[in-house]
Amino acid sequence: MSEIKKKIQSILPGGDWNPLYDTSYLPPEGSDVVIVGGGVLGLSVAYWLKKLEKPRGAIRVLVVERDHTYSRASTVLSVGGIRQQFSVPENVQLSLFSVDFLRNINEYLAVADDPPLDIQFNPSGYLLLASEKGAAIMENNVKVQRQEGAKVCLMSPEQLRNKFPWINTEGVALASYGMEHEGWFDPWCLLQGLRRKVQSMGVLFCRGEVTRFVSSSNLMKTASGEEVNLKRIHEVHVKIDQSLEYQPVECAIVVNAAGAWSGQVAELAGIGNGPPGTLQGTKLPVELRKRYVYLWHCPQGPGLETPFVIDPSGTYFRREGLGHNYLGGCSPTEEEEPDPGNLEVDHDFFQDRVWPPLAQRVPAFETLKVRSAWAGYYDYNTFDQNGVVGPHPLVINMYFATGFSGHGLQQAPAVGRAVAEMVLEGHFQTINLSSFLFSRFYSGEKVQEHNII
Amino acid sequence: MGSQTRTLWGSGRIGSLHLVAPVWNGGTRGIGGLSRVVAPEGNQKKGRSLLQFLADRFYDVEALRDHLLRKQVSKVHQKNRPFNHINQRYGPYVAGAYFILKQGGAVRFQGREWIRPNQRGHFSLDFLKLQAVPVEAVDASGCAINYQGLDSLLALKELQSLWLQRCPHVDDWCLSRLHPLASSLQELSLAGCPRVSERGLACLHHLWNLRRLDISDLPAVSSPGLTRILVEEMLPSCEVLGADWAQGLKLGPEEQPRDTAGPTPA
Repeated sequence: MSEIKKKIQSILPGGDWNPLYDTSYLPPEGSDVVIVGGGVLGLSVAYWLKKLEKPRGAIRVLVVERDHTYSRASTVLSVGGIRQQFSVPENVQLSLFSVDFLRNINEYLAVADDPPLDIQFNPSGYLLLASEKGAAIMENNVKVQRQEGAKVCLMSPEQLRNKFPWINTEGVALASYGMEHEGWFDPWCLLQGLRRKVQSMGVLFCRGEVTRFVSSSNLMKTASGEEVNLKRIHEVHVKIDQSLEYQPVECAIVVNAAGAWSGQVAELAGIGNGPPGTLQGTKLPVELRKRYVYLWHCPQGPGLETPFVIDPSGTYFRREGLGHNYLGGCSPTEEEEPDPGNLEVDHDFFQDRVWPPLAQRVPAFETLKVRSAWAGYYDYNTFDQNGVVGPHPLVINMYFATGFSGHGLQQAPAVGRAVAEMVLEGHFQTINLSSFLFSRFYSGEKVQEHNII
Repeated sequence: MGSQTRTLWGSGRIGSLHLVAPVWNGGTRGIGGLSRVVAPEGNQKKGRSLLQFLADRFYDVEALRDHLLRKQVSKVHQKNRPFNHINQRYGPYVAGAYFILKQGGAVRFQGREWIRPNQRGHFSLDFLKLQAVPVEAVDASGCAINYQGLDSLLALKELQSLWLQRCPHVDDWCLSRLHPLASSLQELSLAGCPRVSERGLACLHHLWNLRRLDISDLPAVSSPGLTRILVEEMLPSCEVLGADWAQGLKLGPEEQPRDTAGPTPA
């Protein structure tokens, strides 16, 4: 009896009866926007597309993510910090918007009947230390940050010692301390919140990998008489996980939010196929870079007030929880870059490169015990270590939201909105990110950050 | 830590229409919409499932539910709007006092008595002439003050005592905003605030003049005893009232109670 009932229910409208075979694992045959990559940036773009679209339900969005466990995604392996202490004004604006988003996350990402999100935000602020050489740059940066509305204060070594007695201020000429809107949070919770909300808004998810773009080209003349070959992507071939089957998805717009693998996705679209030095030959300079994060325990370590401290040498650490555990690491120099083929941790790196500057800066860290460590990828932009946002000048319907080199998580909500505005309106509305467009790789205008972790 | 707070907010006690944290049961003064929390449970469960049943099947009911939720949220925002015209005319102290009194709290100017609204929320406007008198103490217990509303409080530069007991919308973000009051604030009470956790308490170290801090009964703090010790270490010249540090300690094997009937205290 129950079998018959089940059969009848599946045949009625709304049921999933397919007389031939079950294709529910396949993506739809057509979608207005295909977002390659389901990390925090991809989901943020999907969210803002659905939120800003007019009328409601106008756009079909498909998010293609090949690993739904997010085992190698940069989002969940991130240390989760958010700061406004940048030198590029657009970065400060992006970060301020994202902090606003995180603070009101339960208004933005509310789903009826589901419990509210708790992203476990620690508003402890960032403390950047500068040596003699960097003090002037730091002062300039703080001026820019204050102009944009960040709450940062400058501290002398004397004030630093008074406030944080556990710091050894030898070699420190100036410190900048974020009083508000800075700290760290749980990236997994943000990801799950976005996923939940985005699913409730009707975005389709697909577990697969993008293997091919089918595009058509158009030879056109610019105003000055030059010939350009404009391409338009018509189909995205999505290969299903652990199978040879693929589904061609017809699309109008493709968003490249594949994080550390964006360079490979861009190559599939033919970006960079051309003589070097021309616009056709400019590749997307985003590649994988491996970074280590170590978790250690130090019972005499700094107390509850510890901010996210960044040493002039590039070493950073922050508190984790109540139990005197600390997370930290260091960015390796160009020569020491580890092989990004796997996510194995090099413990010698901690002994040689992370521990000595830590112990020098915080004497209590001379006795510590490493509890665990992990490695994650940066979507490292080799050109200027800042994000790429907006359409490609030649492949006109591919939009980028990648290349943030370690600060993608903290700018994701704002970047998502910027890309959605670009897709829907054709120009940036809330934050002007024209200096982050792809064309800067060809024209050579670097948007260089003066200090990056 | 996260899962504990999620079950607290997702429990069947709270109707599906509410996205705000549960209010401390003793005193929901000034928050009209949340009085439904004290409604009988049985009724609420039936009502919830009917509404949910309908919302799952009809787009209009779903839209109605969303609309009601958004209205609740905007009500709180409306309560926290700044009174710019009063600020321009009478100055920041009077504007801040008016804001607190409108929310249902109490204010004390320097050298004066406490001013409280009566049961119906009315208060005398005598204080409008005290433009140059700083406000020394604010009792905003139970008020719906939130991050936006703190704008009016932070203008009170000589504030010495601030009581934010059982405020349902005061969370970690609000605590990170209190640093402008560091030079004057001596007493702060956060007892019973459902959204304050140890992460917000960490940014109280800016308040170097603080002498009395009350952090008892904070349901969102994961280890109250340990948190109290860490806060005491962070603020050495401050007297911290909080959970007893022995609360939450696991008993050793020889001290376990003999009877297996009841659960062992964790």
